[in-house]
Amino acid sequence: MTTAPTTSPGTGATVPPLLELRGVSVSFDGFLALNDLNLRLAPGELRAVIGPNGAGKTTFLDVITGKVRPTSGEVLFRGRSLVGTAEHRIARLGIGRKFQTPRVYENLSPRRNLELAVSRRCSPFDLLFGRLDATARDRVQHLLGVVGLELLAQQPAGGLSHGQKQWLEIAMLVAQDPQLLLVDEPVAGLTDEETERTADLLRQLAGEHTVLVIEHDMEFIRDLQSPVTVLHEGRVLCEGSMDQVQSDPQVIEVYLGRESEGEFK
Amino acid sequence: MAELFSTRTLGRWLPWLLIVLAALLLPVLLPPFRLNLLGRFLALGIAALGIDLIWGFTGLLSLGQGIFFALGGYALGMHLQLQALQPGQLPEFFSLYGVKALPAFWQPFHSALFTLFAIWLIPALVAGVLGYLVFRNRIKGVYFSILTQAALLVFFNFFNGQQKLINGTNGLKTDTARILGQLAGSDGMQRNLFWLTLVLVIGAFLLCRWLTGGRFGDALIAIRDDEPRLRFTGYNPTAYKTVVFAVAGALAGISGALYTVQSGIVSPQYMAVPFSIEMVIWVAVGGRGTLIGAVLGAVLINYAKSLVSEALPETWLFIQGGLFLLVVTALPDGLVGWWRSGGPGRIRAMVGWPAPAATYPELDLDPAVQAEKTEWQGGGR
Repeated sequence: MTTAPTTSPGTGATVPPLLELRGVSVSFDGFLALNDLNLRLAPGELRAVIGPNGAGKTTFLDVITGKVRPTSGEVLFRGRSLVGTAEHRIARLGIGRKFQTPRVYENLSPRRNLELAVSRRCSPFDLLFGRLDATARDRVQHLLGVVGLELLAQQPAGGLSHGQKQWLEIAMLVAQDPQLLLVDEPVAGLTDEETERTADLLRQLAGEHTVLVIEHDMEFIRDLQSPVTVLHEGRVLCEGSMDQVQSDPQVIEVYLGRESEGEFK
Repeated sequence: MAELFSTRTLGRWLPWLLIVLAALLLPVLLPPFRLNLLGRFLALGIAALGIDLIWGFTGLLSLGQGIFFALGGYALGMHLQLQALQPGQLPEFFSLYGVKALPAFWQPFHSALFTLFAIWLIPALVAGVLGYLVFRNRIKGVYFSILTQAALLVFFNFFNGQQKLINGTNGLKTDTARILGQLAGSDGMQRNLFWLTLVLVIGAFLLCRWLTGGRFGDALIAIRDDEPRLRFTGYNPTAYKTVVFAVAGALAGISGALYTVQSGIVSPQYMAVPFSIEMVIWVAVGGRGTLIGAVLGAVLINYAKSLVSEALPETWLFIQGGLFLLVVTALPDGLVGWWRSGGPGRIRAMVGWPAPAATYPELDLDPAVQAEKTEWQGGGR
């Protein structure tokens, strides 16, 4: 498989893409949730994806993570096709996903949540007879510190606040150590301060990891200082820096023409 | 600290201690008939442990555990039918249907060793294959429950109709067979079987505790609480569910064998629909996800059933239904869950006799403070 070099909008360098979507369409009973979508992500890139409601943002993540099978088109990760691969295998290949609402295992403590995520070997046999090695345990301890949950590490995660759950889920994603992090609305329902800290965290993660963030919050996207892809009706409307995107007449029309609440400022 | 000792440690160990103590004293205190009943009910506790494993921890409500229970019972029943025979003889019932030669699948049950494995391995394999097909297709929730019940009916009708193979609806009797030279139905043998059941119930309990205590157990809970999330973390829930369903099947098989030899018969009635639902009720009443609650529920409900049925035969079904309603509405975590979450203390407070407060009474009795305390102390896994 020859992977065409791509130009990453942030750096201008030419590198083979980590993730590539080629002409991906998803049809739900005739409704095109994704319509001939093309997208490339360079290794180490931080990319924001925005779009009005119903633009296909979540379906886009579902296609990458194997939850939804594209009706047509190719999804390539490190040059390997992901179409038809089971979700857990895609996850093991190095794609991690954070969901829109914080999804942690509420009856398990944050430590045990992280211990499940950090595990490199995931078969029933491994979990019964294998032990977490010291590196993994240190990593869990470290991550608990990073997200400020050390004191709450032993109590059920169901008792955490919304913000703490969001952070625990991001920590679980980091514990999984994927090459590609797909983050769906990480700051929904967070305070301004928490939002800033989340933006910092995601910027730190980029470089070593490739991060794709889906978000509605424009301030937050601006904080990320990353290239932006605008989705509309299942296809890419435009790509560029936040300023370029904001001055694009098509984008203004999509946001202002369709929605009157002035979401896009 | 003192309070920590009294309620929590007691709460955790008292049911356990009671079982051990009772088991040691009861063979002396109880007449053989009652002891035999207790042995049977303890055997049912093993099947209940399996249900707790798949339902309480993994969230799979199986209404078909009777399949595996009966398979275990039939495996032992067939062996006991064969081992009393002279070479060339057939079990008596075959002559009623004009069967001249032993069906091929009976042959291996001549061997005691084979039977010892068959009792749990056959149910485990059947559960494993059935489970794999169901879980691979991501059938869950109420569809899984309906499917297991449908499978139960298929097995029930098959066993009921096969007179020429396994004596159909009459089942297989075991009382007149000999185990290690002793008559299976004799008081002495029944006492030994009681002990054996006790040992196996404890063994099954420890097995389940080991399974649920570590990261494997965490994965089961994760499947129950948010299966897709676990999948996106790189785990394959199908493998976990298949394994745990097979283990529950094996436990049901052992339970069925012990129950069979203590009641003297195995029949398709073990695969009757109500019986498998009752198994679920035992676990719900005892307490889902508590393990010990499953055993307690099985023993208590069945003992209550036999006592009530002796006194007022018509009322038992109403009482059982009422119990289930009570648990669903008032005690969602069952008796053991209620005990562990400080239920006895609340009753005491209700009748105006509050628990002695170690520090400030208003602080100690504040429900919000208490809730936080329990979370900090031991609620977390």
